[in-house]
Amino acid sequence: MEQLRFEFPAGAPAPRRVLVGVVGSGDLEVMIEPGEAGKTAIDVTTSIDGYGRVWDAQLARVFNAGARAAMRIRIHDFGATPGVVGMRLAEAFEALAESKGDA
Amino acid sequence: MNQTALLSRESFVELGARARAHALLDAGTFRELAGPFDGLTSPWLVRQGVVPQGDDGVIVARGKIGGQPAVVLAIEGAFQGGSLGEVGGAKIAGALERAADDNRRGIPTRAVILFETGGVRLQEANLGLAAIAEIHAAIVDLRRYQPVVGVIAGTVGCFGGMSIAAGLCTSLVVTREARLGLNGPAVIEQEAGIAEYDSRDRPFIWSFTGGEQRFATGLADRFVEDDCNIIRDTVAALVAQPPATPRSNQYDDYLRRLAGYDTGAQPEPATVRRLYAGDQQ
Repeated sequence: MEQLRFEFPAGAPAPRRVLVGVVGSGDLEVMIEPGEAGKTAIDVTTSIDGYGRVWDAQLARVFNAGARAAMRIRIHDFGATPGVVGMRLAEAFEALAESKGDA
Repeated sequence: MNQTALLSRESFVELGARARAHALLDAGTFRELAGPFDGLTSPWLVRQGVVPQGDDGVIVARGKIGGQPAVVLAIEGAFQGGSLGEVGGAKIAGALERAADDNRRGIPTRAVILFETGGVRLQEANLGLAAIAEIHAAIVDLRRYQPVVGVIAGTVGCFGGMSIAAGLCTSLVVTREARLGLNGPAVIEQEAGIAEYDSRDRPFIWSFTGGEQRFATGLADRFVEDDCNIIRDTVAALVAQPPATPRSNQYDDYLRRLAGYDTGAQPEPATVRRLYAGDQQ
Protein backbone atom coordinates (compact mmCIF):
# COMPACT_ATOMS: atom_id res chain seq x y z
CA MET A 1 0.00 0.00 0.00
CA GLU A 2 1.20 3.51 -0.80
CA GLN A 3 -0.11 6.96 0.12
CA LEU A 4 0.43 9.87 -2.26
CA ARG A 5 -0.54 13.53 -2.15
CA PHE A 6 -1.10 15.92 -5.03
CA GLU A 7 -2.09 19.57 -5.20
CA PHE A 8 -3.42 21.59 -8.11
CA PRO A 9 -4.59 25.19 -8.49
CA ALA A 10 -8.38 25.54 -8.50
CA GLY A 11 -11.24 28.06 -8.35
CA ALA A 12 -13.98 28.54 -5.77
CA PRO A 13 -14.90 25.68 -3.42
CA ALA A 14 -16.96 22.83 -4.87
CA PRO A 15 -20.68 23.12 -4.08
CA ARG A 16 -21.22 19.75 -2.41
CA ARG A 17 -19.84 16.37 -1.43
CA VAL A 18 -19.79 13.44 -3.80
CA LEU A 19 -18.96 9.77 -3.42
CA VAL A 20 -18.57 7.33 -6.28
CA GLY A 21 -17.10 3.87 -6.64
CA VAL A 22 -16.15 1.09 -4.29
CA VAL A 23 -12.87 -0.21 -2.89
CA GLY A 24 -13.26 -3.52 -4.70
CA SER A 25 -10.91 -5.49 -6.91
CA GLY A 26 -9.80 -3.37 -9.89
CA ASP A 27 -11.94 -0.46 -8.73
CA LEU A 28 -11.62 2.63 -6.55
CA GLU A 29 -13.60 5.02 -4.40
CA VAL A 30 -13.50 8.76 -5.06
CA MET A 31 -14.64 11.01 -2.21
CA ILE A 32 -14.97 14.72 -2.98
CA GLU A 33 -15.60 17.50 -0.48
CA PRO A 34 -15.47 21.28 -0.91
CA GLY A 35 -11.84 22.42 -0.61
CA GLU A 36 -10.25 25.67 0.44
CA ALA A 37 -10.58 28.28 -2.32
CA GLY A 38 -7.84 28.21 -4.94
CA LYS A 39 -6.52 24.74 -4.27
CA THR A 40 -7.45 21.13 -4.89
CA ALA A 41 -5.70 18.60 -2.67
CA ILE A 42 -5.82 14.92 -3.56
CA ASP A 43 -4.86 12.14 -1.18
CA VAL A 44 -4.44 8.81 -2.89
CA THR A 45 -4.26 5.56 -0.94
CA THR A 46 -3.49 2.75 -3.35
CA SER A 47 -2.93 -0.97 -2.86
CA ILE A 48 -0.39 -1.00 -5.71
CA ASP A 49 3.07 0.36 -4.92
CA GLY A 50 5.35 2.17 -7.33
CA TYR A 51 2.84 3.93 -9.57
CA GLY A 52 3.33 7.48 -8.22
CA ARG A 53 4.43 8.79 -11.61
CA VAL A 54 1.42 7.29 -13.35
CA TRP A 55 -0.94 8.87 -10.80
CA ASP A 56 0.91 12.20 -11.16
CA ALA A 57 0.66 12.11 -14.94
CA GLN A 58 -3.01 11.18 -14.99
CA LEU A 59 -4.16 13.59 -12.28
CA ALA A 60 -2.07 16.44 -13.75
CA ARG A 61 -3.71 15.91 -17.13
CA VAL A 62 -7.20 15.97 -15.59
CA PHE A 63 -6.72 18.87 -13.16
CA ASN A 64 -4.49 21.08 -15.30
CA ALA A 65 -6.81 20.78 -18.30
CA GLY A 66 -9.14 23.58 -17.24
CA ALA A 67 -10.44 25.53 -14.28
CA ARG A 68 -12.16 23.30 -11.74
CA ALA A 69 -13.75 23.95 -8.37
CA ALA A 70 -11.55 23.63 -5.29
CA MET A 71 -11.91 20.18 -3.82
CA ARG A 72 -10.54 17.97 -1.12
CA ILE A 73 -10.37 14.60 -2.80
CA ARG A 74 -9.67 11.24 -1.24
CA ILE A 75 -9.05 8.31 -3.52
CA HIS A 76 -9.05 4.78 -2.12
CA ASP A 77 -7.71 2.61 -4.92
CA PHE A 78 -7.78 -1.17 -5.06
CA GLY A 79 -5.79 -1.78 -8.20
CA ALA A 80 -7.83 0.17 -10.75
CA THR A 81 -6.28 0.72 -14.18
CA PRO A 82 -5.85 4.34 -15.38
CA GLY A 83 -8.90 3.79 -17.58
CA VAL A 84 -11.08 2.93 -14.60
CA VAL A 85 -9.60 5.85 -12.62
CA GLY A 86 -10.51 8.19 -15.49
CA MET A 87 -14.08 6.89 -15.64
CA ARG A 88 -14.60 7.18 -11.88
CA LEU A 89 -13.27 10.75 -11.88
CA ALA A 90 -15.58 11.62 -14.78
CA GLU A 91 -18.50 10.03 -12.90
CA ALA A 92 -17.63 12.06 -9.78
CA PHE A 93 -17.41 15.34 -11.73
CA GLU A 94 -20.75 14.57 -13.37
CA ALA A 95 -22.34 13.95 -9.96
CA LEU A 96 -20.77 17.19 -8.70
CA ALA A 97 -22.37 19.09 -11.57
CA GLU A 98 -25.84 17.69 -10.92
CA SER A 99 -28.18 19.94 -9.00
CA LYS A 100 -29.20 17.37 -6.40
CA GLY A 101 -27.63 15.69 -3.60
CA ASP A 102 -24.92 14.62 -1.51
CA ALA A 103 -23.76 11.07 -1.19
CA MET B 1 -37.44 -16.04 -18.28
CA ASN B 2 -37.83 -14.71 -21.81
CA GLN B 3 -35.56 -12.11 -23.36
CA THR B 4 -37.90 -9.15 -22.83
CA ALA B 5 -38.41 -9.98 -19.19
CA LEU B 6 -34.67 -10.46 -18.75
CA LEU B 7 -33.84 -7.10 -20.32
CA SER B 8 -36.51 -5.17 -18.43
CA ARG B 9 -35.59 -6.68 -15.07
CA GLU B 10 -33.53 -4.62 -12.69
CA SER B 11 -31.03 -6.88 -10.94
CA PHE B 12 -30.63 -6.51 -7.19
CA VAL B 13 -27.48 -8.66 -7.02
CA GLU B 14 -25.66 -6.29 -9.36
CA LEU B 15 -26.33 -3.23 -7.17
CA GLY B 16 -23.81 -1.92 -4.68
CA ALA B 17 -24.76 -1.78 -1.01
CA ARG B 18 -25.90 1.88 -1.02
CA ALA B 19 -28.02 1.37 -4.14
CA ARG B 20 -29.59 -1.72 -2.55
CA ALA B 21 -30.60 0.29 0.50
CA HIS B 22 -32.07 2.96 -1.81
CA ALA B 23 -34.00 0.27 -3.68
CA LEU B 24 -35.67 -1.10 -0.53
CA LEU B 25 -36.69 2.18 1.10
CA ASP B 26 -39.75 4.17 0.05
CA ALA B 27 -38.78 6.71 -2.62
CA GLY B 28 -37.34 9.92 -1.20
CA THR B 29 -36.98 8.66 2.38
CA PHE B 30 -33.33 7.48 2.26
CA ARG B 31 -31.16 9.21 4.87
CA GLU B 32 -27.70 7.87 5.59
CA LEU B 33 -26.37 7.82 9.15
CA ALA B 34 -22.69 7.53 10.07
CA GLY B 35 -21.90 8.06 6.40
CA PRO B 36 -18.68 7.98 4.41
CA PHE B 37 -17.76 11.61 5.16
CA ASP B 38 -18.25 11.28 8.91
CA GLY B 39 -14.71 10.10 9.59
CA LEU B 40 -15.72 6.59 10.63
CA THR B 41 -13.12 4.70 8.64
CA SER B 42 -11.35 1.65 10.03
CA PRO B 43 -8.33 2.79 12.06
CA TRP B 44 -6.72 -0.66 11.69
CA LEU B 45 -6.54 -1.38 7.98
CA VAL B 46 -4.04 1.30 6.88
CA ARG B 47 -1.51 0.27 9.52
CA GLN B 48 -1.66 -3.23 8.10
CA GLY B 49 -1.22 -2.01 4.55
CA VAL B 50 -4.84 -2.48 3.49
CA VAL B 51 -6.71 0.29 1.66
CA PRO B 52 -9.77 1.39 3.69
CA GLN B 53 -13.20 2.49 2.46
CA GLY B 54 -14.85 5.70 3.67
CA ASP B 55 -17.93 3.93 5.08
CA ASP B 56 -15.99 0.81 6.17
CA GLY B 57 -18.22 -1.25 3.87
CA VAL B 58 -21.43 -0.73 5.85
CA ILE B 59 -24.30 1.59 4.93
CA VAL B 60 -26.77 2.61 7.62
CA ALA B 61 -29.88 3.99 5.94
CA ARG B 62 -32.88 5.34 7.81
CA GLY B 63 -36.12 5.80 5.96
CA LYS B 64 -39.52 4.25 5.54
CA ILE B 65 -40.81 0.97 4.18
CA GLY B 66 -44.51 0.90 3.43
CA GLY B 67 -44.79 4.24 5.24
CA GLN B 68 -43.38 2.81 8.50
CA PRO B 69 -40.03 3.82 10.03
CA ALA B 70 -37.25 1.47 9.04
CA VAL B 71 -33.51 1.12 9.07
CA VAL B 72 -31.67 -0.75 6.32
CA LEU B 73 -28.17 -2.04 7.06
CA ALA B 74 -26.37 -2.92 3.87
CA ILE B 75 -22.99 -4.63 3.75
CA GLU B 76 -20.79 -3.96 0.68
CA GLY B 77 -19.57 -7.35 -0.46
CA ALA B 78 -17.05 -5.91 -2.92
CA PHE B 79 -15.01 -4.28 -0.14
CA GLN B 80 -12.84 -6.85 1.70
CA GLY B 81 -15.39 -9.59 1.03
CA GLY B 82 -17.99 -7.77 3.11
CA SER B 83 -15.93 -8.52 6.21
CA LEU B 84 -16.97 -6.84 9.45
CA GLY B 85 -14.46 -5.00 11.58
CA GLU B 86 -14.76 -2.69 14.53
CA VAL B 87 -16.36 0.27 12.75
CA GLY B 88 -18.69 -1.51 10.32
CA GLY B 89 -19.80 -3.89 13.07
CA ALA B 90 -20.46 -1.04 15.48
CA LYS B 91 -22.51 0.77 12.82
CA ILE B 92 -24.81 -2.24 12.42
CA ALA B 93 -25.03 -3.01 16.16
CA GLY B 94 -25.61 0.66 17.05
CA ALA B 95 -28.33 1.07 14.43
CA LEU B 96 -30.14 -2.06 15.65
CA GLU B 97 -29.86 -0.96 19.28
CA ARG B 98 -31.23 2.42 18.35
CA ALA B 99 -34.15 0.78 16.51
CA ALA B 100 -34.97 -1.21 19.66
CA ASP B 101 -34.81 2.01 21.71
CA ASP B 102 -37.17 3.62 19.19
CA ASN B 103 -39.66 0.83 19.85
CA ARG B 104 -39.41 1.29 23.60
CA ARG B 105 -40.27 4.94 23.02
CA GLY B 106 -43.22 4.10 20.83
CA ILE B 107 -41.62 4.46 17.38
CA PRO B 108 -42.15 1.18 15.50
CA THR B 109 -38.78 1.07 13.70
CA ARG B 110 -38.16 -2.21 11.90
CA ALA B 111 -34.86 -3.40 10.44
CA VAL B 112 -33.60 -5.01 7.26
CA ILE B 113 -30.07 -6.41 7.07
CA LEU B 114 -28.51 -7.01 3.65
CA PHE B 115 -25.95 -9.73 4.27
CA GLU B 116 -23.07 -9.91 1.83
CA THR B 117 -20.27 -11.01 4.07
CA GLY B 118 -17.61 -13.56 4.84
CA GLY B 119 -17.98 -12.74 8.54
CA VAL B 120 -15.38 -11.21 10.80
CA ARG B 121 -12.57 -9.15 9.26
CA LEU B 122 -9.44 -11.10 10.10
CA GLN B 123 -7.31 -7.93 10.30
CA GLU B 124 -9.50 -6.69 13.13
CA ALA B 125 -9.87 -10.04 14.85
CA ASN B 126 -11.39 -9.78 18.32
CA LEU B 127 -12.85 -6.31 17.70
CA GLY B 128 -14.81 -7.72 14.78
CA LEU B 129 -15.89 -10.75 16.79
CA ALA B 130 -17.05 -8.53 19.65
CA ALA B 131 -18.99 -6.35 17.21
CA ILE B 132 -20.69 -9.39 15.69
CA ALA B 133 -21.67 -10.60 19.17
CA GLU B 134 -23.23 -7.17 19.76
CA ILE B 135 -25.11 -7.50 16.48
CA HIS B 136 -26.49 -10.88 17.59
CA ALA B 137 -27.65 -9.43 20.91
CA ALA B 138 -29.20 -6.41 19.19
CA ILE B 139 -31.15 -8.58 16.72
CA VAL B 140 -32.54 -10.69 19.57
CA ASP B 141 -33.53 -7.51 21.41
CA LEU B 142 -35.16 -5.79 18.43
CA ARG B 143 -37.05 -8.81 17.09
CA ARG B 144 -39.18 -8.82 20.25
CA TYR B 145 -40.80 -5.61 18.97
CA GLN B 146 -40.51 -5.62 15.20
CA PRO B 147 -39.40 -7.98 12.45
CA VAL B 148 -35.70 -8.06 11.61
CA VAL B 149 -35.62 -9.21 8.00
CA GLY B 150 -32.41 -10.60 6.53
CA VAL B 151 -31.70 -10.64 2.81
CA ILE B 152 -28.92 -12.68 1.23
CA ALA B 153 -28.83 -11.74 -2.44
CA GLY B 154 -25.36 -12.88 -3.48
CA THR B 155 -22.84 -13.27 -4.81
CA VAL B 156 -20.63 -13.20 -1.73
CA GLY B 157 -23.19 -14.95 0.45
CA CYS B 158 -23.25 -14.97 4.22
CA PHE B 159 -20.73 -16.84 6.34
CA GLY B 160 -19.02 -16.94 9.70
CA GLY B 161 -20.47 -15.09 12.66
CA MET B 162 -22.83 -13.21 10.37
CA SER B 163 -24.45 -16.50 9.30
CA ILE B 164 -25.52 -16.75 12.94
CA ALA B 165 -26.91 -13.21 12.67
CA ALA B 166 -28.86 -14.36 9.59
CA GLY B 167 -30.15 -17.34 11.59
CA LEU B 168 -31.36 -14.99 14.32
CA CYS B 169 -33.42 -12.85 11.96
CA THR B 170 -37.20 -13.05 12.14
CA SER B 171 -37.25 -14.05 8.50
CA LEU B 172 -34.71 -14.56 5.75
CA VAL B 173 -34.97 -13.86 2.02
CA VAL B 174 -32.59 -15.59 -0.40
CA THR B 175 -32.01 -15.73 -4.14
CA ARG B 176 -30.54 -18.52 -6.24
CA GLU B 177 -27.18 -16.72 -6.10
CA ALA B 178 -27.16 -16.63 -2.30
CA ARG B 179 -25.15 -18.93 -0.08
CA LEU B 180 -25.50 -19.36 3.65
CA GLY B 181 -23.12 -21.33 5.82
CA LEU B 182 -21.19 -21.10 9.06
CA ASN B 183 -17.86 -21.96 7.40
CA GLY B 184 -17.03 -20.93 3.87
CA PRO B 185 -16.16 -23.58 1.28
CA ALA B 186 -12.40 -22.90 1.32
CA VAL B 187 -12.27 -23.27 5.09
CA ILE B 188 -14.19 -26.57 5.03
CA GLU B 189 -11.94 -27.91 2.28
CA GLN B 190 -8.86 -26.95 4.27
CA GLU B 191 -10.14 -28.65 7.41
CA ALA B 192 -11.96 -31.69 5.99
CA GLY B 193 -9.95 -32.37 2.83
CA ILE B 194 -10.74 -31.94 -0.85
CA ALA B 195 -12.21 -35.46 -1.08
CA GLU B 196 -15.01 -34.41 1.25
CA TYR B 197 -15.54 -30.81 0.12
CA ASP B 198 -14.13 -29.39 -3.11
CA SER B 199 -14.44 -25.60 -2.82
CA ARG B 200 -14.01 -25.17 -6.59
CA ASP B 201 -16.96 -27.43 -7.42
CA ARG B 202 -19.55 -24.68 -7.63
CA PRO B 203 -22.64 -26.82 -8.37
CA PHE B 204 -21.68 -28.97 -5.36
CA ILE B 205 -21.21 -25.91 -3.09
CA TRP B 206 -24.52 -24.35 -4.13
CA SER B 207 -26.33 -27.69 -3.82
CA PHE B 208 -25.58 -27.64 -0.08
CA THR B 209 -25.33 -23.96 0.87
CA GLY B 210 -27.15 -22.22 -1.99
CA GLY B 211 -30.34 -20.21 -1.53
CA GLU B 212 -32.58 -22.82 -3.18
CA GLN B 213 -31.36 -25.57 -0.83
CA ARG B 214 -31.56 -23.34 2.24
CA PHE B 215 -35.15 -22.52 1.34
CA ALA B 216 -35.99 -26.18 0.72
CA THR B 217 -34.56 -27.13 4.11
CA GLY B 218 -36.53 -24.43 5.89
CA LEU B 219 -33.53 -22.32 6.86
CA ALA B 220 -34.78 -19.46 4.66
CA ASP B 221 -38.34 -18.17 4.38
CA ARG B 222 -38.57 -16.70 0.88
CA PHE B 223 -36.82 -17.79 -2.29
CA VAL B 224 -37.00 -15.00 -4.86
CA GLU B 225 -35.79 -14.01 -8.31
CA ASP B 226 -32.93 -11.54 -8.56
CA ASP B 227 -35.30 -8.66 -9.28
CA CYS B 228 -35.37 -5.31 -7.44
CA ASN B 229 -39.16 -5.01 -7.51
CA ILE B 230 -39.74 -8.56 -6.29
CA ILE B 231 -37.21 -8.21 -3.48
CA ARG B 232 -38.60 -4.80 -2.45
CA ASP B 233 -42.17 -6.19 -2.32
CA THR B 234 -41.08 -9.34 -0.47
CA VAL B 235 -39.18 -7.33 2.16
CA ALA B 236 -42.04 -4.84 2.52
CA ALA B 237 -44.49 -7.70 3.16
CA LEU B 238 -42.20 -9.37 5.72
CA VAL B 239 -41.48 -6.22 7.74
CA ALA B 240 -45.22 -5.57 7.96
CA GLN B 241 -45.95 -8.94 9.58
CA PRO B 242 -46.32 -9.14 13.36
CA PRO B 243 -43.30 -10.68 15.10
CA ALA B 244 -43.52 -14.47 14.86
CA THR B 245 -41.64 -17.14 16.82
CA PRO B 246 -38.11 -16.94 15.42
CA ARG B 247 -36.57 -19.99 13.82
CA SER B 248 -33.68 -19.87 16.28
CA ASN B 249 -36.12 -20.63 19.12
CA GLN B 250 -36.65 -24.08 17.56
CA TYR B 251 -33.08 -25.14 18.27
CA ASP B 252 -34.18 -28.19 20.28
CA ASP B 253 -35.88 -29.63 17.23
CA TYR B 254 -32.85 -28.97 15.00
CA LEU B 255 -30.45 -30.47 17.52
CA ARG B 256 -32.59 -33.59 17.78
CA ARG B 257 -32.57 -34.02 14.01
CA LEU B 258 -28.80 -33.58 13.82
CA ALA B 259 -28.19 -35.91 16.76
CA GLY B 260 -30.18 -38.63 15.00
CA TYR B 261 -28.16 -38.40 11.77
CA ASP B 262 -25.52 -41.04 11.03
CA THR B 263 -22.42 -39.07 9.98
CA GLY B 264 -20.74 -42.23 8.68
CA ALA B 265 -22.27 -41.63 5.25
CA GLN B 266 -21.56 -38.58 3.06
CA PRO B 267 -24.87 -36.68 2.86
CA GLU B 268 -26.45 -35.65 -0.43
CA PRO B 269 -28.44 -32.41 -0.73
CA ALA B 270 -31.61 -34.53 -0.76
CA THR B 271 -30.53 -36.17 2.52
CA VAL B 272 -30.36 -32.76 4.15
CA ARG B 273 -33.77 -31.81 2.77
CA ARG B 274 -35.29 -34.97 4.26
CA LEU B 275 -33.51 -34.41 7.57
CA TYR B 276 -34.60 -30.77 7.95
CA ALA B 277 -37.89 -30.67 6.10
CA GLY B 278 -39.42 -33.77 7.68
CA ASP B 279 -42.27 -33.62 10.16
CA GLN B 280 -41.51 -31.75 13.33
CA GLN B 281 -41.32 -34.20 16.18
